[in-house]
Amino acid sequence: MITGQHLIEITYLIATALFILSLKWLSSPATARRGVWAGEIGMALAIIGTLLYRGIVDYKWVGIALVLGAIIGVPLGNVAMTAVPQRTALSHAFGALCVTLVGTAEFYLRTPDVPRFTMSVLSLEVILGSLTFTGSLMAAGKLQEVLPQRPITYKGQNIVNLGMLAVAIVIAVLLVLDPGRTVLYPVMILIALVFGVMLIIPIGGADMPTVISLLNSYAGLSAAAMGFVLDSKLLIVAGALDGASGFILSVNMSKAMNRSFTNVLFGAFGQVQTSAAAAQEQRAVRSATAEEAAAILSAANRVVVVPGYGMAVAQAQHRVRELYDALTKRGVDVKFGIHPVAGRMPGHMNVLLAEADIPYDKLLDMDDANPDFPQTDVALIIGANDVTNPAARNDPSSPIYGMPILDVDKAHTVMVIKRSMSPGFAGIDNPLYYLDNTLMLFGDAKAFVGGIVRELSGAAAHG
Amino acid sequence: MHTQVDLITSLYVFMLAAFIGFEVIRRVSPLLHTPLMSLTNALDAIAVVGAIIIAGERKTNMSTILGTIAIVAATSNIVGGFIITDRMLKMFKPSTKAPKQ
Repeated sequence: MITGQHLIEITYLIATALFILSLKWLSSPATARRGVWAGEIGMALAIIGTLLYRGIVDYKWVGIALVLGAIIGVPLGNVAMTAVPQRTALSHAFGALCVTLVGTAEFYLRTPDVPRFTMSVLSLEVILGSLTFTGSLMAAGKLQEVLPQRPITYKGQNIVNLGMLAVAIVIAVLLVLDPGRTVLYPVMILIALVFGVMLIIPIGGADMPTVISLLNSYAGLSAAAMGFVLDSKLLIVAGALDGASGFILSVNMSKAMNRSFTNVLFGAFGQVQTSAAAAQEQRAVRSATAEEAAAILSAANRVVVVPGYGMAVAQAQHRVRELYDALTKRGVDVKFGIHPVAGRMPGHMNVLLAEADIPYDKLLDMDDANPDFPQTDVALIIGANDVTNPAARNDPSSPIYGMPILDVDKAHTVMVIKRSMSPGFAGIDNPLYYLDNTLMLFGDAKAFVGGIVRELSGAAAHG
Repeated sequence: MHTQVDLITSLYVFMLAAFIGFEVIRRVSPLLHTPLMSLTNALDAIAVVGAIIIAGERKTNMSTILGTIAIVAATSNIVGGFIITDRMLKMFKPSTKAPKQ
């Protein structure tokens, strides 16, 4: 006979299958939306199943909380596409908050009678949850620019951070040995919360893609740990999937920035290299006007646009779309070369360009774009800097030496839209700007691209 | 409470899910990495089921309050995460345009 408990387990089982299918369908843009529906159905089933649980004696607060959460969720789902990085960081914070609160409630309900294994994973759950909560809030604050974006570093930072983590782990061990020491629990949480803040303080904007991925992974792992504490296979699977996803993205991002994975795991990123900028000398650059740029672009056969965070800041993606239209109409083949760490989170540029209605098959990732640069007439760089720096390829003294870059310098002509000659975020001079085949287009990305579009349409009108 | 068998089973589940996760997510194109993150984030908010039980059981005032806040946090992730993922995916269109409706 099927009891109520069995029914709940069956909804969880189906939800687990739907979650895996959801991610599987996300692999291609053609089936991706089906993936969202699968996730939604799985989620609804699991929640309905849980509400049937006989142990629930009071639905009032559960109901109010579900409605309130939905009310908060709707605006968070409808933010502008440019705000997606901070929204993502914020949602990591919410996920981690949920996990930490549930873990804390479990601890106080069960203490002092907590088996050692359960206490170990519970400690892992709440430490990861707490540091992800404050760390993600910090990341969201930096991305939203309510907190200073400049990395803050001080001497012995890594020692202080690792020391704090070590203390938290020692407390966790003491709690595992004797879960009755309840006074230690809030201390452990507090240290983990402060650690999360300290971890993100030295992080600058350009490192955000790696950090967001890493926090994603932590949030997933803490949820999986919660699954062990509550003995919920569904949670273990969902947490493992999220953790794996964050892990893969972190590895991708760290490879794309040429950082070792241990470097990423310990959060020891974000050191600003200032030495290179100091040695900068005055060298001649060639600049061009929108009119000249338009003439070169319209004479080209193949153009590759390389967008960066500057395009997002200037909100230039819709102007870029107009440029794409104007050039495509003239028979120019326009594609986009997108570096994995361009922007503030993985895939950031793709979303902005897709929002501007640029077909996704024109968006090439780095490995697909690079072989084509030698046959490219114009590489147009909009708001990207370090990811195009040839020093990463040929100057072993450069701080970013070894980082994979887009080989824009191999194009016949390179055009760079940039506000001024000031070095990029990492403070590293870019030799690309002094090459003979490089033209600097000084100005705001949105205004300048708009200017080129006007020139192109004006020329068309005159025949 | 956990028995030894439950624990081993849970570890197997975790291991297999991690392998499936790696294999499935490796295939997701970099094109969709932002929606991938928002979708996994929404799915991760399945932690709401743990929060519902904690809040609904009303064992202590503290556990009820913590559970209730946890439900709010997780539900906002579920609703917001699915909405924004779908909004993003709707924007990705191929070149060969379908005839206008």
